[in-house]
Formats: sequence, C-alpha cells, structure tokens
Amino acid sequence: MSAAVAVTMERVDDQGREARGAGSAPAAPEAGPDEEVGMNAKAAQADKGAIRRRGAGWLRALARVALPPVLGMGLLIGLWHLATLNGGGIPSPGKTWDAAVVLFSDPFYQEGPNDQGIGWNVLESLKRVGIGFGIAALVGIPAGFLLGRFALLAQMLNPLISLLRPVSPLAWLPIGLLVFQRADPAAIWTIFICSIWPMILNTAQGVTRVPQDYLNVARVLKLSEWKVFTKILFPAVLPYMLTGIRLSIGTAWLVIVAAEMLTGGVGIGFWVWDEWNNLKVEHIIIAIFVIGVVGLILEQVLMLVARRFSYGNS
Amino acid sequence: MKKIVQIENVTQSFDTRNGHFVVLRDVRLDIVEGESVSLIGHSGCGKSTLLNLIAGLTRPSSGVMLCDGREITGPGPERAVVFQNHSLLPWLTCFDNVLLAVERVFGARESRAQLKTRTREALALVGLTHAEHKHPHEISGGMKQRVGIARALSMQPRILLMDEPFGALDALTRANLQDELMKILAATQATMVMVTHDVDEAVLLSDRVVMLTNGPAATIGEILEIGLERPRERLALAHDAQFGECRAAIMEFLYQKQVRAAA
Ligand SMILES: Nc1ncnc2c1ncn2[C@@H]1O[C@H](COP(=O)(O)OP(=O)(O)O)[C@@H](O)[C@H]1O
Ligand SMILES: [Mg+2]
Repeated sequence: MSAAVAVTMERVDDQGREARGAGSAPAAPEAGPDEEVGMNAKAAQADKGAIRRRGAGWLRALARVALPPVLGMGLLIGLWHLATLNGGGIPSPGKTWDAAVVLFSDPFYQEGPNDQGIGWNVLESLKRVGIGFGIAALVGIPAGFLLGRFALLAQMLNPLISLLRPVSPLAWLPIGLLVFQRADPAAIWTIFICSIWPMILNTAQGVTRVPQDYLNVARVLKLSEWKVFTKILFPAVLPYMLTGIRLSIGTAWLVIVAAEMLTGGVGIGFWVWDEWNNLKVEHIIIAIFVIGVVGLILEQVLMLVARRFSYGNS
Repeated sequence: MKKIVQIENVTQSFDTRNGHFVVLRDVRLDIVEGESVSLIGHSGCGKSTLLNLIAGLTRPSSGVMLCDGREITGPGPERAVVFQNHSLLPWLTCFDNVLLAVERVFGARESRAQLKTRTREALALVGLTHAEHKHPHEISGGMKQRVGIARALSMQPRILLMDEPFGALDALTRANLQDELMKILAATQATMVMVTHDVDEAVLLSDRVVMLTNGPAATIGEILEIGLERPRERLALAHDAQFGECRAAIMEFLYQKQVRAAA
C-alpha cells in the first residue's frame, strides 16, 4: 500500500517537473532554458547506466511501475501544450507552472478575509469536510448498526433512504441556509447530508453480513452483549464501515467545491469561483490539480487504514 | 454408566419458502458420560441439525433434549462446539481466540495470569504453542482446526461436539489430528459427539456409530457398537478383522440400505 502512495506522490512530483520542463520549452527538467532537447535522452541513458551498474532490481521494478503513469502525464501535458500553441483562453502549461510557483511560494498569506493563500483555502475546505463528515460518522455509523440489527427499522427507513440518497446534496444547501442563516454551517450541512448515506448503508450491510458462524461462537460461549459487540460485531463490520467512510469522503470532497462556489467565504471552491471572476484561468487549472491531489491523498490514506483492518480471507 | 445427554422423541422441522419441511423425526438417543459417538449419514440427512440441537443452537420442534437431566434451552459452555469451518475470529490471534473462551468460563473465578496459563495449556495440548501469536489467516487449515479444538477443550466442557471437524483437511493432516484427538479424549475423559461422513474415522474414533437414514424426515437407522480396545493404533487396525467388520457394516448401511438417489 505504501508503495502505491509512493507512486502517487511520485506522479505528483513528476507532474510538477514535467510541467516545468514543458513550460521552459522542450528542455530537460533540471536544465536551464538555453540547453538542448538532447539532454533529456542523455540524462535518461545515464540513468539507465547507473541502474545497471548498481544492479538494483527494485529500481527497475519501480521504473516499470512508475513509467507508464509518468508517460500518461507527459502525454496530457503535451496535448495541453499543443492545444494552447495558437493562443485562446486556456493558459499554456508553462504559464500555469509559473503561476503555480508564485502561488506556492507563499500559500499561507493572509490579506483580509477574502484574499488568503491557497493553503488556507484548502485547509478551510478540509475543515468543513472534516466537521460535516465527522458529524455524519457520529450519526450514520450507529444508525447503520441499528438498521442492520433491527429488520423493522430497516424496513421503515430503507425506502426513505432510497428516496433521499440520489438527491444531489446541493439541493439541501438552501435548507441549510434557511435553518442556520449562515454560509459556513450550511456548507457543513451539505457535506453531512452527502456523507451520511454511504455510512449508514455500508454499516448496515456489514451488520447483516456478519457470518452466522461468528454469532454461533458468541452463542456457544454465551458472550456478554458488550463482548459480542467489541469482539465480533464491531471488527466484523469495520471493513464495511471503512468502505462507507471512503465513499463518503470521496463524495464530500466533490461536493464541497460546488457548495463553496455557492456560499462564498474562504475555501478552495470559492477560490476557484473568485479566480474565474478575476479571469485568472491558470489559477483555476492549478486549483483543479490541487483538488485532485488532495482527493487522491484522502482516498489513499483511507485505503491504507482499510488495508490495516482487513483480515485475510478466512 | 451415567447418561449425560438424552434425546427423546425429537422431531425437527423448518418452515421454508417451499412449505413445512421435516428434517428429523422421532430421534431417540442416550449418550453416556465419557463415550465417543459418531453421527454418520448421507449428506443433507440432518447430522448437523442433530448436533446443533445438542449444542442448543436450535430448539427441537417437538420432543425433549436433556443434558445432565436438565432440559437444553440454549447453548452452554459445558457443551463446547468445534465448528466445521473452525470459526476462529480472524481479527484475534490464536491465543486471543482461545482466551475469549477461557475468560468466559473461568473469568469470574480466576486471575488474569491463571486465565493465560489455561490458554497456553490448551494450545500446548494441540501442539500449537509456537503459533499462539499468529492470526488465523497466517496458519494452515489443520492448525486452524486445532485452535478450534483447543478453544473447545479450554472450556473444560462435559461434552465436545464436533461437526465434521476434519472434513476440509488432507488425508495426512486428518490422520494426525485424529490420533491427537484420541489421546486428548483418553486424557480428559471427555464425552464426544462427532458428525462425520468418513467411515474409517467413525470406526477409529467411536465407541458407537449412530447411522442416520436418508432425509427428509431422517431418523436413527442403526447403532453400531465398536468393541475395539483402546488405545487404538491406526496401523494395527488396518489389518484387524473386527475393524473390517465394523467398516463393512457401516458401508452396507450407507450403500445398500440407504442408497442415495443419484444426485
Ligand atoms: N435453518 C434451516 N432452515 C431450513 N432448512 C434447513 C435448515 N437447517 C437445515 N435445513 C435442511 O435440513 C436438511 C439437513 O441439513 P443438515 O443437518 O445440515 O445436513 P447434514 O447431514 O449434511 O449435516 C437439509 O436438507 C437442509 O437444507
Ligand atoms: Mg453438515
């Protein structure tokens, strides 16, 4: 798992480097703008030689894993570059890279409530997602346990959940604004709504799927309710719960951008909207990357946690 | 000899989507303290159903089940079960799987250290001291089944109930575990009821083999006393005439009297 994370991080890294390379016309990543294209190939060959000399098999394995994604990213940036050759509204990779360098040189500046660094905006969005998601977990997971344990409750609530789940969480935003009268809690409310369904449904499914064998063990041992919960029910449901959590956090991160565009304030969604109004399209492209990277990291961290709690296939 | 389990006129039926389904009818059987009994019969005849009734996991539709003269109303630690698929909790180590059972039975009376000693002893009994800190997915099928047996034995049950405990194992591992089980039963004097579909296993391990007729509405067809002396030696018995007769009698019941309709 950690290997996958490493690869992902590497991809991010390469993305940056490639973007820079493409930006300073066809030059090698580490080379200045006046050096030649051939440097790239030479450097690559030198690299290969070094690998062979060291005879490190794992390096070659790493290259085999990392190379295709890097090539894909290179292709994207190449196409992007081609598409922006004859001008138009979309900024070139190079221009975007330069803007990114400026942007990330001081991500945490603060000049008034509506002009803050991209770091603050991301953190602010993450905070909203964290709070809305946390409340959803506090409500949704116990609710899921109840739904899974009591068939009547499930029969009562399942049609309701089926009805509400496909509704875009943004449709709930006005209700949040009405109830809370402020933008921030309304955005959190939207996150809460979109996070809660996967958590309820997956937890409930996990509870109904606890193998009868384990419950029979509990019955033969006459375990107390508390022991049944801590030693059997909870660990058995945990992987399902984590799937629910992973699905919710993915959606929450999708939704927060849209919600913030509507509510304003500090946050990556509103930042995108603001930069659109300022016609700084390169910032929007950077924001898209940043949103993607943060989403990817969230996903990978949760995968890591899930891997930690999956127990063989017995 | 003292009767430890009495099964009197027990019928078990289930209401399924396809209607009322009688699995067992008029089952009568007494099990004496310290004896080993095998339940044998064709697949689906109701062996597990009968074992689950003794375990108290299900209640009979009619009839009476007694353990030690008292009605069986549910499962209890004096009737330990070794499940067919070991049923170890995958998130606990072998040690903790056994400890869970030990705690439940002795936790109120004994110190933490005593409970752990009991757990170690149970694992040592099945030769798994070296694997106590492993998780179930890290050990072989035979070892898992041993942990299941250790968990059952650690409760010091009056009766050991086993549902095809070695069914999923290869022949060699199965033979080893059968030998170990015989030793353990001799040492602990426990009563054992085992479901099996292996004729040799039934003869080797049992004092009596209970043969069930084919379902639906299966009942006890014959009961065969196995008079072989103990301790029993697998190799010596291979050429033993009495062993062969017992074997033949069971085969005759299964393959002549209870011919299975080709499935
Ligand atoms: N809870 C149940 N509900 C309905 N039918 C059952 C149930 N348990 C067992 N049966 C049926 O009873 C019959 C005997 O099952 P079982 O005791 O598992 O057989 P086996 O002898 O192979 O262990 C089977 O036909 C099975 O489908
Ligand atoms: Mg069975």
